[in-house]
Amino acid sequence: MLRFREYVKAESLEEAYEKNQKKSARVIGGMLWLKMQNRTIQTAIDLSGLGLDTIEETEEEFRIGCMVTLRQLELSESLNAFTDGAVASCVKPIVGVQFRNLATVGGSIFGRFGFSDVLTLFLALDSYVELYRGGVISMAEFAAMEPDRDILVRVIVKKTPGRVVCLSHRNTKTDFPVLTCAVRLAEDGRNLAVFGATPARAKTYPVSEEWLQKFTGADEEKKKVMAAEFVSQVPTGSNIRAGAGYRSHLAAVLFRRGLTELMEKGGSRS
Amino acid sequence: MTIRMILNGKKVEALIPDDMLLIDFLRDRGCYSVKRGCESSNCGLCTVFLDEKPVLSCSVLAARADGHKIDTLEGLQKEAEEFGAFIADQGAEQCGFCNPGMIMNAIAMFRENPDPTDDEIREYLAGNLCRCSGYEGQLRGIRAFLEFKKRGGAS
Repeated sequence: MLRFREYVKAESLEEAYEKNQKKSARVIGGMLWLKMQNRTIQTAIDLSGLGLDTIEETEEEFRIGCMVTLRQLELSESLNAFTDGAVASCVKPIVGVQFRNLATVGGSIFGRFGFSDVLTLFLALDSYVELYRGGVISMAEFAAMEPDRDILVRVIVKKTPGRVVCLSHRNTKTDFPVLTCAVRLAEDGRNLAVFGATPARAKTYPVSEEWLQKFTGADEEKKKVMAAEFVSQVPTGSNIRAGAGYRSHLAAVLFRRGLTELMEKGGSRS
Repeated sequence: MTIRMILNGKKVEALIPDDMLLIDFLRDRGCYSVKRGCESSNCGLCTVFLDEKPVLSCSVLAARADGHKIDTLEGLQKEAEEFGAFIADQGAEQCGFCNPGMIMNAIAMFRENPDPTDDEIREYLAGNLCRCSGYEGQLRGIRAFLEFKKRGGAS
């Protein structure tokens, strides 16, 4: 059970940052994961009064406030038009509507959880994290960092042309994923695959144009072999949900499925 | 700290511990339909509406409800009874423990999407667990209720 002595609804990011410099303080996002922990903290810092609960769209990018919920992502017409529904299909398997009305983008990304569908998705998009002190850094850089005491203000998604798909496998609906996989085919040739819940946190792997062309021209059997070879570079481990071997098998299947889906969609590059 | 909210249409003001959860606040005020089923934000039993949106009250700080509108099943008796009768008609549930949370979330669904497909129903109610049934009875009850509504509410 989570206990704390003081609840502070921050009136500015400066105030939130200052309060958060103490080790005994915690910023609460949706509080869904924090609540599962058995700990006592001094101060819970709430960012919900700072207007960071909107998705803004400009010519070049989407600016997603840290308190935007997963349900808002799911229902965002502009984000889903840009990603051809990949955002909605990524978050829909996460527990239920009531849960997604609470879970926040900021909490999901800041936690850098191994099981995160959301981190898998954003790693596949051309996305960035805006930190109060640390400025704007790439999602891949942020994902590799250990949590510090900065404040995640928003997530920025650049409208870089490309197509994205986000898949996951679960042992049972609404459970944590056994494996997540996102694939991005970019117009500038910076194609990539992301594998998460391996069970380690999601990581990005480049996919070369040359490899992609070979894959496109291959028959089904050859595609299976190529996908399995590709994912042999992805480390997997065992835990309560699945063994390492099963995860590696799933990685190849989801990767191949993702690529096939993107190729079938063809010209609709967002 | 002091919080103020509109609970089931009535103004409420209360002095609460800073870390109190909304579920405990509501039960202290006699809203016993709001129940704790799993303690891991998964079962949907504690569903209430926060500014009309269904949320898990076991995972919301009462402090965060300050200045907002909260509705529980106690405040939605008419809607709940009307729909609940269709669930009962199908003998959909055995123990009934999951019923208040499921009814709350079903009402949220009907308000958001008055004519859902079976897949949309399954998807919307995925976060409401029932450990007695296989959900088929509930699905039949929801379909029957939707038919009833389509006919203008006449049986």
